[in-house]
Amino acid sequence: MSRIKGCFAQLKKENKKALIPYVAAGDPNPEITLDLMHSMVESGADIIELGVPFSDPMADGPVIQKASERALIYGTSLTDVLGIIKSFRETNNDTPVVLMGYLNPIEVMGYETFAQAANEAGVDGVLTVDIPPEEAADYIPVLKAAELDPIFLLSPTTTKERMALICKYASGFIYYVAVKGVTGTSALDTTEVANRLDIIKQVTDLPVGVGFGIKNAETAAAIGAVAEAVVVGSALVNLVEQNAHALSNAEGNKKIITEISKVLLSMRTALDA
Amino acid sequence: MTTQTQSQPEKRLSDMPDEHGHFGQYGGIFVPETLMEPLNELKQAYIHYLQDPEFIAELDNDLSNYVGRPSPLYFAERWSRELGGAKIYLKREDLNHTGAHKVNNTVGQMLLAKRMGKTRIIAETGAGQHGVATATVAARLGLECVVYMGAEDIQRQALNVYRMKLLGAHVISVESGSRTLKDALNEAMRDWVTNIDNTFYIIGTAAGPHPYPAMVRDFQAIIGREAKEQIMTHEGRLPDALVACIGGGSNAIGLFYPFVDDMEVSIYGVEAAGHGLETGEHAAPLCAGKPGVLHGNRTYLMEDRHGQIIPTHSVSAGLDYPGVGPEHSWLKDIGRANYVAVTDEEALKGFHDLTLTEGIMPALESSHAIAYVTKLAPTMDKDQIIIMNLSGRGDKDIHTVATIAGIEF
Ligand SMILES: Cc1ncc(COP(=O)(O)O)c(C=O)c1O
Repeated sequence: MSRIKGCFAQLKKENKKALIPYVAAGDPNPEITLDLMHSMVESGADIIELGVPFSDPMADGPVIQKASERALIYGTSLTDVLGIIKSFRETNNDTPVVLMGYLNPIEVMGYETFAQAANEAGVDGVLTVDIPPEEAADYIPVLKAAELDPIFLLSPTTTKERMALICKYASGFIYYVAVKGVTGTSALDTTEVANRLDIIKQVTDLPVGVGFGIKNAETAAAIGAVAEAVVVGSALVNLVEQNAHALSNAEGNKKIITEISKVLLSMRTALDA
Repeated sequence: MTTQTQSQPEKRLSDMPDEHGHFGQYGGIFVPETLMEPLNELKQAYIHYLQDPEFIAELDNDLSNYVGRPSPLYFAERWSRELGGAKIYLKREDLNHTGAHKVNNTVGQMLLAKRMGKTRIIAETGAGQHGVATATVAARLGLECVVYMGAEDIQRQALNVYRMKLLGAHVISVESGSRTLKDALNEAMRDWVTNIDNTFYIIGTAAGPHPYPAMVRDFQAIIGREAKEQIMTHEGRLPDALVACIGGGSNAIGLFYPFVDDMEVSIYGVEAAGHGLETGEHAAPLCAGKPGVLHGNRTYLMEDRHGQIIPTHSVSAGLDYPGVGPEHSWLKDIGRANYVAVTDEEALKGFHDLTLTEGIMPALESSHAIAYVTKLAPTMDKDQIIIMNLSGRGDKDIHTVATIAGIEF
């Protein structure tokens, strides 16, 4: 069984919801990421979503754009990100890791080479923001052959027919984008989300994670009441930004890790309450 | 190529793209899920209205009476004589309302926006020409208009920024990434994702996700259709060569498209070699880049070995873009069109050459086409014919040209 599937099965047994933090790999410097991943697990993360920095992150709001820019100052590449995950796997063989990023770095590496390397590094799922299933006929089978779950987004504009199409290709979990907008958008309507989740549930048995717009323990709990997983990104990356350049790298990294842990712990508590 | 003219190819080159927007392996739709349905709606509207006689009549009327079409096809007699080779005809898109070919497309997309009931218009711009052309048509319909422009470009195209403001548009300075056209496009996409209910995104070049490359081409193809008719009137035959500059590729595909099935016509697209292709400081993805995925389509790109898009350079803001419309990538790979590049220096010389020999001051973008004609024409016979797309006028660039010459006002 894949790590992602196993993780959701276990949570279901315990009647718990998955907490999925997103951070950009290499933000604000390459040294922080490995420690941050471990600390997020200790603070209650069930799955880690790791952003692969890209020069042109079209689907991201200013917060995550800047995270990409900070990571790219150090030239954090897809190869570097896989290296970090490999190190993470030396001491953690349980927590699923999902890559989230854009297609071009993967194209340049080559689908086969990438899938092979990602599998060897211990990646579990790949969310490629800018490739819809219609364009992914050569891509999805390569991911699946390397035991990587292709994770797809559904959005408020996705029709029911498209949902069915997308869910046919997806595995692991479905990621529902809760707002019309880019990452970091604020207005999130829980009732509306619940209505959409009802429709999604008609077309798939996969667990659904909801993201884009989850800010704090309160919104996390509200979404946790209707979905199997909550994804929190910009709220964490904001904490990176606030502490990135105020201090030396070592001190800044320590502060960032502490702040992110605090937020995740509060969300964990709210989700489990 | 010439052998192919004998046997009629099964599928004409002009039949592209397929229904998913593919030109061979290029084009397509590579966008976040939120944009899939809006793009589908746009595609339906585009397919529907481009066959609707009422829509076409309104478009034709606007093109004649607002834009000032047809634009002349002018025989540049003195310039041709000085170069000592082919006869050179200039397609005078510089004489359009707002001074460039960009307005052909904005008039068309604005009519679609109106039909689709959208009340808010957004656009990206590099040189500011597309921004001005968008602000112009938005003013005419009284629609809210937001133009995204890289902070870098706002500096070098101050005049066009002011023109947009006079036309009532909000110009938003984009500070992310390399702060140029590609980042403005990202920002416009983000706006569109966020405001899809009431917003129409007018992309300014033949790039982006399907249906934009095909749609922009179809609105710009008026250039080539007119040129074909006009050259038949002037010369009674098709030209031997077409030349146009390539930023995203809209003025070029507009001229080329009606001729792509005429295999006896050679096609040349001219990219910006900036400081020289060998320096890496250029904007010539077709000449020096590789295929990849950016801004919703697969096409030739300028990228590093990790797949990050790299900064471009050109003296001309309108060519300063790391990608290119997917149809050009395809025309390159199948060998139907030739893509070449000229440097900043050559383009500047082209600017002065045309100004002095013909009394026509070209845009720096168009000056790249001029510089290539300067090389091509002398290699051709005196009875051969070149049609060059003079995509825009040079008023917006006078400041840049003067600064390079060391002149301050
Ligand atoms: C006068 C002129 N020509 C050419 C271009 C390049 O765009 P495209 O390649 O889409 O024609 C621009 C872009 O701003 C322009 O203003």
